[in-house]
Amino acid sequence: MNREELQSAITALNADITFEEGGEYLTANIPADACRDIMQALHNLPAFEMDYMFCLTCVDWKTHLTMVYHLESRKHAHAVVIKSKLDRENPEIETLSDIWRTAEFLEREVYDLFGVRFIHHSDLRRLLLTDDWEGYPLRKDYEDPINMIKL
Amino acid sequence: MDVKDNQQHAFPGDVHPTASGGILVSKLDDVINWARSNSLWPLVFGTSCCAIEMMSTASAKYDWSRFGFEVARATPRQADVIIIAGTIVNKMAPVLKRLYDQMADPKYVIAMGACATSGGPFFYNTYSVVKGADHVIPVDVYVAGCPPRPEALLHALITLQAKIKAGDKREKIVIEKFVDSN
Ligand code: SF4
Repeated sequence: MNREELQSAITALNADITFEEGGEYLTANIPADACRDIMQALHNLPAFEMDYMFCLTCVDWKTHLTMVYHLESRKHAHAVVIKSKLDRENPEIETLSDIWRTAEFLEREVYDLFGVRFIHHSDLRRLLLTDDWEGYPLRKDYEDPINMIKL
Repeated sequence: MDVKDNQQHAFPGDVHPTASGGILVSKLDDVINWARSNSLWPLVFGTSCCAIEMMSTASAKYDWSRFGFEVARATPRQADVIIIAGTIVNKMAPVLKRLYDQMADPKYVIAMGACATSGGPFFYNTYSVVKGADHVIPVDVYVAGCPPRPEALLHALITLQAKIKAGDKREKIVIEKFVDSN
């Protein structure tokens, strides 16, 4: 599917989806509580067949967090970016690790560095930092008075 | 210490000519240092981008084998010099210390690049980076650059050789400084 076809096909999945202008990939903003259903559809429906998640990350905008998923279909050679806003104080979203296995480690990394909790994740532990680490270092307001020299 | 004064292949000592050839007079320490400096085996150790430059220095174009660094060892037990090629993070620091401790004496350390000398680009606003590998293990030669060019690393290796040939052990330098300042 080309960009326009992809956009209208995704719009048909959920009325609350909005799209961003510009960007290398078609970018859709979806509500966090519908995330899992939409992602499942993108993975399973033959028209999309997004079988490859090539990036999963998070952004701290200070007012909120945004989850960012990059999906691609190897069969149809189309790609899409899905974004979902999360509450900064209590960031929670359904896991996608059972849909794309690669999300398991990527979600652990995001949990480790941003503190997003992935509901129903099978093994949500810290990945890079030590198990007794306090705080989430990639949050903009992270402080470490011992190791960090502020500029 | 002038690198030029330390010719690569100049054997330390004086030849006294005799009727049937000559007698070489030298000091055992000098011969040992000469041998050591011309056969420094680096440890395979690279933690980030500087390691790419280090590999380039090892490969055909720059070829550090010409100066006696050919055999990069994957075990610290067989290595003489550790080139800290890359960023040292807090999690890596104990590993670096352990590798250094496992190396047999005499052992030498080169801090390659801004990260290994001072934390470099990660000096400010980072929670994870050690601000200079010399917080963890003692360093013999520092190389500036981000990353340093292969020529710079070669120069650092030759400087290390000059240091060894001159008999300047790290301990000696530290002690002299300490005595001077008291
Ligand atoms: S000094 Fe520069 S090139 Fe070398 S490891 Fe650090 S960031 Fe990378």
